[in-house]
This record gives sequence, structure tokens and C-alpha cells, in this order.
Amino acid sequence: MAELQAMFGASWPLVWNLAKIVAIVAPLMVVVAYLTLAERKVIGYIQARIGPNRVGYHGVLQPVADGLKLLFKEIVLPTAASKKLFLFAPVLALAPALAAWAVVPFSAKLVLANIDASLLYIMAVTSMGVYGVIVAGWASNSKYAFLGSLRSAAQIVSYEIAMGFALVGVLMAANSLNLVKIVEAQAGGFWHWYFIPLFPLFLVYLISGVAETNRAPFDVAEGESEIVAGFHVEYSGMAFAVFFLAEYANMILVSALTSLMFLGGWLSPLPFLPDGTGWMFAKMAGVLFLFLWFRATFPRYRYDQIMRLGWKVFIPITLVWIIVIGALMQTPLGVLFH
Amino acid sequence: MMANFQDYVFYAFAAILLGAGLRVITARNPVHAALYLVLAFFTAAGIWLLLEAEFLAIALVLVYVGAVMVLFLFVVMMLDINLDKLREGFWEALPVALPVAVLMALEMALVLGSRHFGPERVATPKPHPADYSNTAELGRQLYTDYVYPFELAAVILLVAIVAAIALTLRRRKDTKYIDPAQQVKVKRSDRLKIVHMPAEKPTPPTAEGDRT
Repeated sequence: MAELQAMFGASWPLVWNLAKIVAIVAPLMVVVAYLTLAERKVIGYIQARIGPNRVGYHGVLQPVADGLKLLFKEIVLPTAASKKLFLFAPVLALAPALAAWAVVPFSAKLVLANIDASLLYIMAVTSMGVYGVIVAGWASNSKYAFLGSLRSAAQIVSYEIAMGFALVGVLMAANSLNLVKIVEAQAGGFWHWYFIPLFPLFLVYLISGVAETNRAPFDVAEGESEIVAGFHVEYSGMAFAVFFLAEYANMILVSALTSLMFLGGWLSPLPFLPDGTGWMFAKMAGVLFLFLWFRATFPRYRYDQIMRLGWKVFIPITLVWIIVIGALMQTPLGVLFH
Repeated sequence: MMANFQDYVFYAFAAILLGAGLRVITARNPVHAALYLVLAFFTAAGIWLLLEAEFLAIALVLVYVGAVMVLFLFVVMMLDINLDKLREGFWEALPVALPVAVLMALEMALVLGSRHFGPERVATPKPHPADYSNTAELGRQLYTDYVYPFELAAVILLVAIVAAIALTLRRRKDTKYIDPAQQVKVKRSDRLKIVHMPAEKPTPPTAEGDRT
């Protein structure tokens, strides 16, 4: 390490941070690729099918084949499209999905940037992901894409409020905006994790997370039966693949945040077992499985039902529970949160 | 004179901010103008970060970029704006607009001139360590020293929300809205009637065959 440091001289902090970024993003991309395979396999078995099993042993090379295929496809530019924005939209979708990982801790020490307001940072960065969808829909200059992007914008803005209020509950309980401190406040066995005292907020967060990532049953932005493929109907090849990557990276991000804020992150469920990053990955995998399970189980929500659920059910639940938390913290029951 | 890395960052952000601001008013397409406004907000948040106003910077991105501008774009994208019509009154409005603009620029120059806001007037804030919680400090100030102005602002905003909803809310008579509670309460007997019918016995085939 010292030799490397000497070799790069003054630019060492830059090089070292870049190396850390690669160490986060490269495995993330591999996980995204295999999440698509896991999704097809899980949904396959839920529907009594086998799923992909031709490429490689039991289909393990399927994501590689898919990736190669998309890489070699032509990127079609619609003549009436706004070219620069059309090509910029996938970047706008993927960049926030990756930038948010900068503050996600994998253990008490393993975090790229341990900033004080990391929870706020994640909310701000993920709220920008919607621009990819909106700009893609508008720049395509196609009615289906445009309808998809309008639906998506309305849906994401609505659910972001419920999501934000759910996080307000968490930061009230943990007394901090820092993700490392939020996890450390849940130490001492699974009965200290926040999903118990904040159970309504946990449910609201999880469901809003599904809605924010435009996943089934909230995938009206794609809505195949009505608007073909929604906002990315005009995209092909790698440009489409980038939207795909962004969606799955966001799913993994939501599962990471759920496990950090409500399921104790890297803490072990029983106090005598050692803590470790493995626990966090296990919890993330569990939440991701829920995402796939939802998709195989529920039919797509109708648009007005989505709006009703977000505004008239989730936001009142979170507001009431924030008051409950505030009141409980003034009573002896406040120990629930510590 | 200036060798500080932060100064370079500031000037880079300031240049982007000014460029984006200029494009907001010069862009021909309203959607492009709105997107430049998003860029301007985002860059302004970067400049606030340099001032160690982390909470405000992140809140700016969260509220203005993440919510307000999304709704703004939503509206702008759906409008069918006739650009020529917008430009029609340009030369007529210019004789009034130009003096107003010059006056505003002069006023701003007077107030923001280096006499009152120069670097020697305002002390450089003390740098804080990385774990200093800007948010907690802001919350403490807001809910103790400035609690009455804060509550007043909240009430004014609430009035604005109620007024905006009251102005736009209208109940349509032809709406096909169904109360979800009633939908859930529906029982089988409301929709379906089971009628008992005696089973029909198939007639046994005769020896002649049933070709008749």
C-alpha cells in the first residue's frame, strides 16, 4: 500500500476513492445482471415453469447472453425525437441510482463517504431519478412514451412524500440522519430493530419503495396492455439496457435501505452471533425476493387506485405514526427506540 | 492570490449557474428552459455545499429539483405553447421593460457591491469537522429562537394550500367514481343469483339409433 501511495503522490486520495467507487459499482452491476436471472427463475418456479435453463449450467450464463445481445443491437433514433435529450435521458436515470450508493454503509467501517446527513442525501439523489423517465418520455416524441412518463412523474412524486415521512419516523427514533448511527441505534438482537416499533412505517416504506422503482404491481409507467412499454418504448439496444440497469440498481438500493433502517443492517439477529456484512446481504436478498414475489402475485393497480393508496392511505398513516412516536418518546415506553 | 481548490470549484459552479440561468430565459423551447432551471437549482445547491450549508443544499435538491420542478415540467410538457404568439409583444414591451431591468440591475449592484458584502466584510466561517451536524444545529435554532416566525410561515403556507384546493376543487356530476369501501363490502348475493334447476337426464339411445 505504501508503495502505491508513493507512486501516485499527491493524486493518491483521488485514485484511492476511484478504486473504492469501482469496488462498489462493479459488484453492483454483476448483482443487477444476476438479479434479472433470479427474477426469471423465481417467477418461473412460482408459475410452475423452469425459467431460462439453456445458456450455461441451469441458465447461469443467461445474463451474459442478454447483455451481449443488447450490446450488439442497433440504437434506433426516432426522426422526430429531440436527439440530445433522447440520448441523455438514460444517463439521467442511471446516474442517481449509482450516486446514492456513495453513502450506503456495508458495515460500521465499510462506507465510501460517512457524511452526517446521509439519509437526506439518499432521498435527494433518488428523487432525481424521475427526470430520466420524464425526459425519456418527452424526448421520444411519441404518445405512448409521453403518457408513460406523465404517469410515472405523478406516481413518483406522490409516493416520495409517504416515503419521506416514513424516514422521518426512523430518524426520530434513531435521533440521527446518519445511516451508520441509525443502524447502531438498533443494536442488541432483532427485537431492537426498528421494524417492530415502526411497523406501519416499515410497511409504508417497503410498498412505497416498490412504487418508486416502478415495479409491479405499480408499473403503470410501463403498462404493457395499455401503452406498450411506456416511457422507454422508443429505446433499443444499450440505451434500453441502461434504463433496465437503473431500475434494478434502484431495487437493490431500496432493499439495502430497508435493511439498514428497519432490519438492523449488518447487525446479527441474535446478540451472541457476530455482526457482519453477510447479514446485510442476506437481508437485502430477502427484501429483493419480496420484490419478485410481489411481481408474480399481484395484478397491476389501476391508476386511480395507486393515487388513492398513496395520498389517502399511506400519508395519513405515516403522519399519525410520527405523532405516536413523538408522544411515546416522552413516556417510559421511549426505551422501545433505544 | 487564489490557489485554493475550493475557489476553483466555486468559480466553476458559478459559471455553470450563470450559463444555466441565462439559458432559462433564452431557450426557445419551454421544456428546455425548465430543464436548465433544474440545472441551475442543482448548481446552486453545490455552491451552498461550499458554504457548509449541507442541510439547505440537500433540501434544495429534494424540494425544488425532486418535487417542484417535476410538477412544473409536468405542466409545461402538456401545454401547447405557440412561440410566435409569445414573441409578438416583445418590441412593444421593451420600452417599459428595459428601464425596469436597468433599475433592478443597479439596485442589486448597490446592495451586493463589495462595499457591504466583500470578503473583508464577512468573516470566513469557522470550518467544522466532518461529523458536525448542520441539521441538528438548524433544527435547534428553528424551534427555539425562531419558533414564532417558523410557526407563522407554516400557518401561511397552510392557508395557501387550503385556498388553492378550495379554488380548484369541483365536483363533477358525471364522474364514475365508486367508493372503494362499498366495493369491498359487496357480497355474492348482491351480484349473483343461484337458480336451482333439476338435472336433465340424457335419454338412453334406442335400438333403432337416433337418426330420425
